[in-house]
Amino acid sequence: MDINIFVEQLLNGFQLGMLLFLFAAGLTLVFGIMDLVNLAHGSIYMVGAFTAATLTLWLDSFILGIIFALPLTLLFGMVLEFIALRTIYARDHMDQVLATFGLILFLNELVRIIWGPAGLAIPLPILLDGSINLPLGIVYPTYRLFIILIGVLVAIGLYWLVAKTRLGMLIRAGASNRVMASALGVNIRLLFTAVFGLGAMLAGLAGMLIAPINQAQIGMGEEILILAFVVIVIGGI
Amino acid sequence: MLSIQSVEAAYGDSQVLYGMTLEISAGEFVTLLGRNGMGKTTTVRTIMGILSIVAGNIKFEEKIISNLPSFRVAKYGIGLVPEGRQIFPNLTVRENLVATAVPANNKGDGWSMERVIDLFPVLKDRLGSMGNQLSGGEQQMLAIGRALMTNPKLLILDEATEGLAPMVRQEIWKCLQRLKKESLALLVIDKNVDILSQIADRHYIIEKGRVVWQGTSMELRANEQLKQNYLGV
Ligand SMILES: Nc1ncnc2c1ncn2[C@@H]1O[C@H](COP(=O)(O)OP(=O)(O)O)[C@@H](O)[C@H]1O
Ligand SMILES: [Mg+2]
Repeated sequence: MDINIFVEQLLNGFQLGMLLFLFAAGLTLVFGIMDLVNLAHGSIYMVGAFTAATLTLWLDSFILGIIFALPLTLLFGMVLEFIALRTIYARDHMDQVLATFGLILFLNELVRIIWGPAGLAIPLPILLDGSINLPLGIVYPTYRLFIILIGVLVAIGLYWLVAKTRLGMLIRAGASNRVMASALGVNIRLLFTAVFGLGAMLAGLAGMLIAPINQAQIGMGEEILILAFVVIVIGGI
Repeated sequence: MLSIQSVEAAYGDSQVLYGMTLEISAGEFVTLLGRNGMGKTTTVRTIMGILSIVAGNIKFEEKIISNLPSFRVAKYGIGLVPEGRQIFPNLTVRENLVATAVPANNKGDGWSMERVIDLFPVLKDRLGSMGNQLSGGEQQMLAIGRALMTNPKLLILDEATEGLAPMVRQEIWKCLQRLKKESLALLVIDKNVDILSQIADRHYIIEKGRVVWQGTSMELRANEQLKQNYLGV
């Protein structure tokens, strides 16, 4: 086989892997810490994509669109947790599956009402639209490299957050013994809302990054959700 | 400072506390004694808001704290060293100490990592170890240090010397005496009545979820009958 094709496929694999990583990070965070199976994680990905796409068209800049869409997705996730999901932490996983499946239907419909049934396409920013010449004479799309770069940066940032910061310590403490953490003064509910918001923001970011390639579409979350579950099950939670 | 009045509490259908009443003044060293299963830990859980109460009330510094969320109770200034230590196993010793630490809000003389290590020098070499790599005694010291780092006004210790070697036990008693000197209020639950009747101020004995005797250390030492009747010695 041609080495160029091989490297290109390898990079494509990386790029898809990074998207899945961004998506699955929140899913496992929420499952590991709150013991919540959240099927609606894909819907957050979709909402992130639509929000970023709309902002991109308004502001005429993909980068600005993402910058403003990130905090909005964070907020969306926290509101969703506060209104709907915190009430089902104590339920068993089957109840959670049913409830969050309901949420998928609801959010798909909500997006249809707000944005209409058609997808929303956005152009790639000029800066990221070309190709880059890599060693070995490989020509690779700049945008896919950009996705890989973002994934690496987020991975480093997440590691730093969980392993090195006070917030990370509290997240780990809360995950291992929430009663004790509360008795030492930690507002666990607020902490969980924040963790959920963080996971939502990362899923939203994955949706935003895919939007210029595949459009923002209703139902886009379900595809990646299934893939992510496969990754999580194989990779271990 | 802490006032528990006629508190009733239950786990589901099974009631455990039947009119529990207890008072602690600022700087006082008080013990809660009684046989296993009489409701000592349950009393602690109601103070901390871990278990809700169905009757009575609990006040801390004149503010009602009954059925507040745990984290609020802790923020009012109650530090907990729980039964079974409950160190965070996935955090290092240093992280266990600093994760939930709260700086002292008055004076400059609050608890810091330096002061905790000064109190328990063995922790110094273990700061980088994970919580679950410590011996029982080290875990207990860490649990006390962790609670002190929240700079509480009242420290509650539930069976802090259980299962520890006599030497380590001695160290814990010494630590409690030192804390008492610094006028921290203490509520101590423990089986070692003899030593407690030397170092504590007042005692409560509970049986089936209510207080059956209370008195000073002198009164406790003078009354051999109590031990036989209520403490199973
Ligand atoms: N989580 C629980 N669920 C149900 N019953 C409990 C629970 N914890 C303790 N109990 C019961 O409550 C009673 C008092 O327990 P506890 O307060 O732990 O006693 P003590 O600390 O004095 O040994 C015991 O009969 C015990 O079996
Ligand atoms: Mg007990």
